[in-house]
Amino acid sequence: MAEIARVDAELDLKGEICPYTFVKSKLELEELELGQVLRVVVNHRPAVENVPRSMKNEGQEVLGVEQVNDTDWEIIIRKAV
Amino acid sequence: MINTKRFTEEQVKRYSRHIILPQVGGKGQKKLLEAKMLLVGAGGLGSPAAMYLAAAGVGKLGIVDFDRVDLSNLQRQILHGQSDVGRRKTVSAAETLCEINPDVELVLHEDRLTSDNIMDIIHEYDIVVDGCDNFPTRYLVNDACVLAGKANVHGSIFLFEGQISVFLPGQGCYRCLFPEPPPPGAVPSCQEAGVLGVLPGIVGTIQAAEAIKLVLEIGISLNGHLMLFDALDMSFQKVKLRRNPSCAICGDSPTIKELIDYEEFCSLLAVPREC
Ligand SMILES: [Zn+2]
Repeated sequence: MAEIARVDAELDLKGEICPYTFVKSKLELEELELGQVLRVVVNHRPAVENVPRSMKNEGQEVLGVEQVNDTDWEIIIRKAV
Repeated sequence: MINTKRFTEEQVKRYSRHIILPQVGGKGQKKLLEAKMLLVGAGGLGSPAAMYLAAAGVGKLGIVDFDRVDLSNLQRQILHGQSDVGRRKTVSAAETLCEINPDVELVLHEDRLTSDNIMDIIHEYDIVVDGCDNFPTRYLVNDACVLAGKANVHGSIFLFEGQISVFLPGQGCYRCLFPEPPPPGAVPSCQEAGVLGVLPGIVGTIQAAEAIKLVLEIGISLNGHLMLFDALDMSFQKVKLRRNPSCAICGDSPTIKELIDYEEFCSLLAVPREC
């Protein structure tokens, strides 16, 4: 994720399951300004696909999805709408 | 984070299916939580309307009803149950609604609406959902909404048919459509008229949907239209309405300057009334 200059907000959603992983990510993103970047960490495997897909459906920009350790994934989203 | 009003953990879960909707989101849900609606009547129309509005998280719900639950109400007034017979409808309604969503602030108005109290009552609400079952109240609510500049989400039912509309300030009213109530005796009173029990469920639910859309500012409102529903044909028909410039209350030179208490039709009958 070297290309991401800065993350404006972080959300630890470890332990959360769908749909709350997306719901909480969406609520957090609503508080950001256009162009700002949110980093979400999840450990619920289905959320790794579901959150980026739902974000794209809403017109948000998913900058990256990466496994960061044995259990956790990070999802980087830029607020586009 | 500059986030003054966070949802509680419980609210995130309770309203998640709203929040997921692109047209609602957290922003829309917050609008609902801040909305103030007055329900006129906790009967057939008011039951489903109130239940869905409470479930949706409307912040403040006022309920006007001076009546008590009668066994004959239970065929359609799903706010109330067997053990509520004889109790005040407002109290019975409040219990049901509180069980659906304790998040909602309920305000109970146990008086009969009259020209003397209606302006004070509707003053504290943004939207009036009219689920009354009689002409005097319907005209009183309409005129008060026009004078107070409140949105009026109208619903009415008869036999197998229902009518729904939304009247926004300055854009027409119920009187533009029906200038005067029918004379007493010309229509069956609420005591005499039959009604398919599920009919108010459909009409009241449409009223709730329209009230929610007004708050969320989404979709196409029934404002400027009258929806006609027929349960026998299972048909919906939307007809255009226009503000009547010569309307006695919302026209260019209104002749009604004071609220009118029309004669109560049902009181013409020597039986306890439910409307
Ligand atoms: Zn009018």
